[in-house]
Amino acid sequence: MDAFGGPIWSMAASPSDSQLLVGCEDGSVKLFQITPDKIQFERNFDRQKSRILSLSWHPSGTHIAAGSIDYISVFDVKSGSAVHKMIVDRQYMGVSKRKCIVWGVAFLSDGTVISVDSAGKVQFWDSATGTLVKSHLIANADVQSIAVANQEDSFVVGTAEGTVFHFQLVPVTSNSSEKQWVRTKPFQHHTHDVRTVAHSPTSLISGGTDTHLVIRPLMEKVEVKNYDAALRKITFPHRRLISCSRKRHLLLFQFAHHLELWRLGSTVATGKNGDTLPLSKNADHLLYLKTKGPENIICSCISPCGSWIAYSTASRFFLYRLNYEHDNINLKRVSKMPAFLRSALQILFSEDSTKLFVASNQGALHIVQLSGGSFKHLHAFQPQSGTVEAMCLLAVSPDGNWLAASGTSAGVHVYNVKQLKLHCTVPAYNFPVTAMAIAPNTNNLVIAHSDQQVFEYSIPDKHYTDWSRTVQKHGFHHLWLQRDTPITHISFHPKRPMHILLHDAYMFCIIDKSLPLPNDKTLLYNPFPPTNESDVQRRTAHAFKISKIYKPLLFMDLLDERTLVAVERPLDDIIAQLPPPIKKKKFGT
Amino acid sequence: MASLEEEFTLSSAVLSAGSEGLLGVEQSSKTDQFLVTDNGRTVILYKVSDQKPLGSWSVKQGQIITCPAVCNFQTGEYIVVHDNKVLRIWNNEDVNLDKVFKATLSAEVYRILSVQGTEPLVLFKEGAVRGLEALLAEPQQKIETVISDEEVIKWTKFFIVFRHPVLIFITEKHGNYFAYVQMFNSRVLSKYTLLFGQDENSVIESFTASVDRKFISLMSLSTDGCIYETLIPIRPTDPEKNQSLVRSLLFKAVVSGNTRHGVAVTVLDQDHIAVLGSPLAASKECLSVWNIKFQTLQTSKELPQGTSGQLWYYGENLFMLHGRSLTVIPYKCEVSSLASALGKLKHSQDPGTHVVPHFVNWETPQECGLGAQNSEQSRRILRRRKIEVSLQPEVPPSKQLLSTIMKDSEKHIEVELRKFLAIKQTPDFHTVIGDTVTGLLERCKAEPSFYPRNCLMQLTQTHVLSYSLCPDLMEIALQKKDVQLLQLCLQHFPDIPELVTCACLKIFLSIADDSLQETDVNMESVFDCSNSVHDEKMEEQTEILQNGFNPVEDECNKCDQELNEEPQAKTKETTSCPVIPKRAALLNAILHSAYSETFLLPHLKDIPAQHITLFLKYLYFLYLKCSENATLTLPGIHPPTLNQIMDWICLLLDANFTVVVMMPEAKRLLINLYKLVKSQISVYSELNKIEVSFRELQKLNQEKNNRGLYSIEVLELF
Repeated sequence: MDAFGGPIWSMAASPSDSQLLVGCEDGSVKLFQITPDKIQFERNFDRQKSRILSLSWHPSGTHIAAGSIDYISVFDVKSGSAVHKMIVDRQYMGVSKRKCIVWGVAFLSDGTVISVDSAGKVQFWDSATGTLVKSHLIANADVQSIAVANQEDSFVVGTAEGTVFHFQLVPVTSNSSEKQWVRTKPFQHHTHDVRTVAHSPTSLISGGTDTHLVIRPLMEKVEVKNYDAALRKITFPHRRLISCSRKRHLLLFQFAHHLELWRLGSTVATGKNGDTLPLSKNADHLLYLKTKGPENIICSCISPCGSWIAYSTASRFFLYRLNYEHDNINLKRVSKMPAFLRSALQILFSEDSTKLFVASNQGALHIVQLSGGSFKHLHAFQPQSGTVEAMCLLAVSPDGNWLAASGTSAGVHVYNVKQLKLHCTVPAYNFPVTAMAIAPNTNNLVIAHSDQQVFEYSIPDKHYTDWSRTVQKHGFHHLWLQRDTPITHISFHPKRPMHILLHDAYMFCIIDKSLPLPNDKTLLYNPFPPTNESDVQRRTAHAFKISKIYKPLLFMDLLDERTLVAVERPLDDIIAQLPPPIKKKKFGT
Repeated sequence: MASLEEEFTLSSAVLSAGSEGLLGVEQSSKTDQFLVTDNGRTVILYKVSDQKPLGSWSVKQGQIITCPAVCNFQTGEYIVVHDNKVLRIWNNEDVNLDKVFKATLSAEVYRILSVQGTEPLVLFKEGAVRGLEALLAEPQQKIETVISDEEVIKWTKFFIVFRHPVLIFITEKHGNYFAYVQMFNSRVLSKYTLLFGQDENSVIESFTASVDRKFISLMSLSTDGCIYETLIPIRPTDPEKNQSLVRSLLFKAVVSGNTRHGVAVTVLDQDHIAVLGSPLAASKECLSVWNIKFQTLQTSKELPQGTSGQLWYYGENLFMLHGRSLTVIPYKCEVSSLASALGKLKHSQDPGTHVVPHFVNWETPQECGLGAQNSEQSRRILRRRKIEVSLQPEVPPSKQLLSTIMKDSEKHIEVELRKFLAIKQTPDFHTVIGDTVTGLLERCKAEPSFYPRNCLMQLTQTHVLSYSLCPDLMEIALQKKDVQLLQLCLQHFPDIPELVTCACLKIFLSIADDSLQETDVNMESVFDCSNSVHDEKMEEQTEILQNGFNPVEDECNKCDQELNEEPQAKTKETTSCPVIPKRAALLNAILHSAYSETFLLPHLKDIPAQHITLFLKYLYFLYLKCSENATLTLPGIHPPTLNQIMDWICLLLDANFTVVVMMPEAKRLLINLYKLVKSQISVYSELNKIEVSFRELQKLNQEKNNRGLYSIEVLELF
């Protein structure tokens, strides 16, 4: 729906979650009513001069603060009129800047409004009188984001210099009850702008242009300095962005606004461990598929046979048929997508490429029959009554009989594709599923969770396998549980049923179920590769064979019995493409 | 700097003030409570901090209060006069003023005056004064007339001077003003005529007075807008004679004289007065605070709704009628100091109460109340807290420890400290350790015999102290020549200034061997000379061979050979340590400490020459030991590194070169050092050559590892 105010710059839901505020380009603040089935326009607040860049509700829901250019307005929600207008000083180190943009506001329950602006200031205002109480100049560049702790005793701001500042409400002297806001800790974990910050009870979370999400635990809230208290940097999305056509050796790369299809090269040479072989044929860039419109690509998939590509944006679903004639590729869009295929969260082709599984954002799971250049809608598994959760992960068994689907919390549902009915549900686990796959022949479903647990569930028998039970009883190695990134892809070797291949961003691992499990005293990470026979004996004594040779690892899959394909995404390449950060004067330069 | 704070309103509707304003605002026996008497029939007791009335009393319809209610500070009762002659006394429990104690007097009362520490006084309209007790004993007693006919009391004030009550009141008759000062210890009443000086036409609008040792300083605000000061002596020179007093101009035209309502002035403290009125005839009324000393306006506050021209000041609060409501403006005058101007926080430290910890522990801000609301603590903490609680006695161990430090014996302190360190992981551990050290050092300074060496050593080893936290610690250790403690400090403090490092060095070099033997110095950085002599000894190569041939021999080598006439002496010098192991350990501590050359150099010049040579000899010995083995390190745990040794040699020579050059006994040493430098240079030039070749090798290796955009590799998996 359109708010009819030009681009929307800011949004804020009321403390009761029943209302939504929208700040628009034309300076209007619009209030919407949120009902379970729709969002309805309620009324406009007093129109302001310029765009509304930030909004914040008073915790009681009676007033709001809106940050605009050069000033902050406080509105009474009931009347919709501006109660106060607080002018922000444009001066910046004595020089009058053209405009002072209020990037963020936060309304505290005691009536204090905290604002952050483009002049590098964090300011405290009294909303009752509309006066400036205190001002902190913290940066030479914009302060772009602010987040307040629920208890309102601390908040965090992020600047364009990549610095995150922590402010705390501390007593003026050690025993007095009078408290004041003090800038306590600066953190510099980003190289570029910190665009957004969040404040959890125990940590500060910041995300910026440098593609990092940084979780910085507050050490005073952490009693035991263990691994949980460590700083974490997350660079890649915890999702699969690459799909692979095994038959044709194709890789489909998903970018924000385009897809790229590459054919892998080949070699005729052989070599020993560690050799790089000369290429007889280099990798080919086959296709560059740009999306129409401004929407980002949500998910994409290439069929195992390589002749179908499907992708989805937030509102549209696209299916393409590829024809290969020698070296030429013929791309044809399948038109007339049915209305229910509006938007998908996950797309998957069956192993024989005859069926397409689409998890729609409405919660339904569609099965589409593909043949020749056409398609036919076979069935839709509707979501369980009473749930609105959409499925975001799919896995299909190689024989095409079983389809597993997982949402974010409610467990994994396994459907019988032949009979088109729900077969069973794997019990819900506390942590979301990050990857799953169904093993050939045995039809064991392997599920990896975000807390690094791995389960194996036998679909025909509807219970966890003995191996999985053993693993749970024995427990994982502590280093395995302490890895930073979740497992994003699982695959199997067709000839070695005891092996599970899985990877996260920093390692790939082959779990050999026939070997004993490592305990906390054994060495989990084996230096790679083994040098002699006795070494092999000693080191392969446990089930986890881990290699960190490729990192950061975006994708790894088994192409055929003897070939693995791995995709690295070097951070330097990402940073090279970023806009330059604000230049900081270093000492002596 | 004097400042007026945000005003607040006590009441808006309760008072029937009228345009004449209030009758009075008076203090009550509790600091925060004030009696407000309106112009009609009501007395209200307000609690200012709560901004609400605590009680309200009214006289009957038809009666009218003629004198503001005051509090008898001795009994806590309230006194009011209605209908000029009827005195009422009541207390908080009373509800109805009709039912309380009543005394009808024989003369009309002008005012009842009450201050802390003495009985209230009753001032009659005829100028007579009586103590309340005496009056109540005989209410109908005859009251004499003091002032003449048509003379009217305009203003009065009651002081305590040297524990004696002094009453002053001003009367007016036909435009002439008279001041009467009544001393109660001597029952002397002196009368003064106030002379106007040149400006005869002005009428005095408001009076205020303050008192110092000898004079009552009476300030008056006239209709011409000026404030005049008159000094009235407390002890009259000649009480019988009628004396005249001349007033002096204090401020010129602070307010416009002809305002609709009155103007008022009141003394705030010895330097400040508050003036109520409009600065210009047309402008709005405002309250301004003036500094008498500097004749400057300190602050002012506009009162747009107008006032009644009345102003009262009690205990940091200014009371006035603003519009129709009683308004309180807190007044504060903080002592200006450089620290506050620089924004430094001042610790208000009450004597007698327990000392505020000087050390703020950022990691546990919750301890000071923040954490009280912090409900999100994990169960783990709660469990541990419980255990701690069960361990702890009623008094927290930290407090107990601090009190122990202040009075107990060294032995006792040591035991207590050990107990405290055993519990260790309290959240305010840093703070307590800091306070403990400061406490100990303060006592050390106060009592020269008190030197709790073991305690200080234990505290130093907690790793939480630093030099800046307790600079006195090293100072005292230096005084006592406690090398052991100094060594510990050098090892544990990250921020020792160069001056102190140098002072330590001086002591370490100068202290006698005998006294060193007695101390228990940590020896781990010193290796045992005796068994390391022949270990791993590299083949001694006297001549450097470059690419197979010998470069031109330096002349100095020859002169060196000439010098080394006794070869035995040379070997002895190189293999035996010039200092005893204990001193070596201390010097190693110096070598390990951090420093900045610029700051260290000037202090190094103060060290006597023979000590410099000794230190240089030791450093040279260390260097030789270093170069004996292939890795260029010294044996032992945590020995000085080669870089540290070289840096110190350079520093010492830089600082004292002229002195050392002149010393004959240092000559050989210098030549040895020169050779040393030369050999170093040749080593580095060789290393540079090797580096180039290595870089090429590395480049080759990198090319091999570079995978490029796409590559196929062979990988053996297990």
